[in-house]
Amino acid sequence: MPTKLLFEDNTYDCNQNESVLDALIGHGVPVPHSCRSGSCQTCLMRATKGTPPESAQKGLKETLKAQNYFLACSCHPQEDMEIALPDADAGRFKATVKTVETLSHDIVCLGLHCEQPVDYRAGQFINLFKDSTLGRSYSLASVPTRDTHLKLHVRKVPEGRVSGWIHHQLKPGDSVEISQPIGNCFYVSGNPEQGLLLIGTGSGLAPLYGIALDAITQGHTGPIRLYHGSRNIEGLYLTEELRALAKQHPNFSYTPCISNTEFVAQEGYATGRALDVALADINGLSGWRIFLCGNPDMVKSAKKKAFLSGAAIKDIYADAFTLAAA
Amino acid sequence: MNNTLFNNLGGEGAVDAAVDIFYRKVLSDDRISDFFDDVDMERQAAKQKAFLTMAFGGPNQYSGMDMRRGHAHLVAKGLNDSHFDAVVENLAATLKELNVSQEYISEVAALCETTRSDVLGK
Repeated sequence: MPTKLLFEDNTYDCNQNESVLDALIGHGVPVPHSCRSGSCQTCLMRATKGTPPESAQKGLKETLKAQNYFLACSCHPQEDMEIALPDADAGRFKATVKTVETLSHDIVCLGLHCEQPVDYRAGQFINLFKDSTLGRSYSLASVPTRDTHLKLHVRKVPEGRVSGWIHHQLKPGDSVEISQPIGNCFYVSGNPEQGLLLIGTGSGLAPLYGIALDAITQGHTGPIRLYHGSRNIEGLYLTEELRALAKQHPNFSYTPCISNTEFVAQEGYATGRALDVALADINGLSGWRIFLCGNPDMVKSAKKKAFLSGAAIKDIYADAFTLAAA
Repeated sequence: MNNTLFNNLGGEGAVDAAVDIFYRKVLSDDRISDFFDDVDMERQAAKQKAFLTMAFGGPNQYSGMDMRRGHAHLVAKGLNDSHFDAVVENLAATLKELNVSQEYISEVAALCETTRSDVLGK
């Protein structure tokens, strides 16, 4: 008996011993693919209904597995499935502004309420639209089990059309449009003793704050070390909250780092770039899980240094954040 | 296809064990690191895995043409025999670290050798 595949409103038969990729291509459906041997991940797809077999998720990140992503070339379905290309189902929906709270001289926390419950993981991001064609990505700083609203940290970008609008015009009660949450940079339980290293700069603290809280809430017992970097003290925020959190949870530590070379050492602050401070603190990253967010150059360099310090590639999480033009 | 070597080395598990060690060696090797310094490390690691699967004689879809096309932009940047040798050397060191016998290491090197002219666009 062939299984049925529902893809983009059409149903296709998938014969026994046939992969999802073979079935789709055999029916003339164009699906991206390359090596056909489960290595290159070009044929990544997502099951929106039905469970992909474990063998079709080999080599994928835990966060992708948790969202039922699978490799079409290695997927021999055991049951009927509804499948989609990655993020093809990323629709938009309405949200109401609940709060606009100042966090620092150039960052506000935007609280959004959605009528329909939003299924998300702390650390993912959403796209927020000013109008139908102008949107920007913002990481979620909230945790589904702790916060009633979605929370975003929005830095005012010079001449930024969306961030300027958020900072100067949005007020509680306004209605905005957002995308569904996207991204693979989040905490998954299952290895509670593993060390977690979180490094962020600027408003890149947002997802890391959510991920740290999420890990704590889910009972992570291993060390959780958060390093937040900025040029000056004024660029840091949530400092008191994070210091309080560290007092409350002995396995959580928070290190604010000031990179300005003219900064005179001061108690409670590390001097140097967050990445360098973290690498000097922790002796080798073999076995650690790493989360990175912020300045793209920092993220790129941190990925490489963390890997060369012993972290496995599958344990390094960062959302591909590119700075949009103003 | 020499599936025996692939299986004797430990199949896909051996490739998984080798890929991080190998990529780390390559990125730390000043002779060749620039060629591997991809922004997208995950994609690069997936490529390393495909390469190691092939080097172990495992199932792969590479043709000589793919090898030529896939490396043409690197050849244009100056990829030559010395870089090819350095990669094979790093692979041998990786296998040694994983306690693979010299006999198998030589077999893997011989398999790599069959791709040299395609990789270097000769």
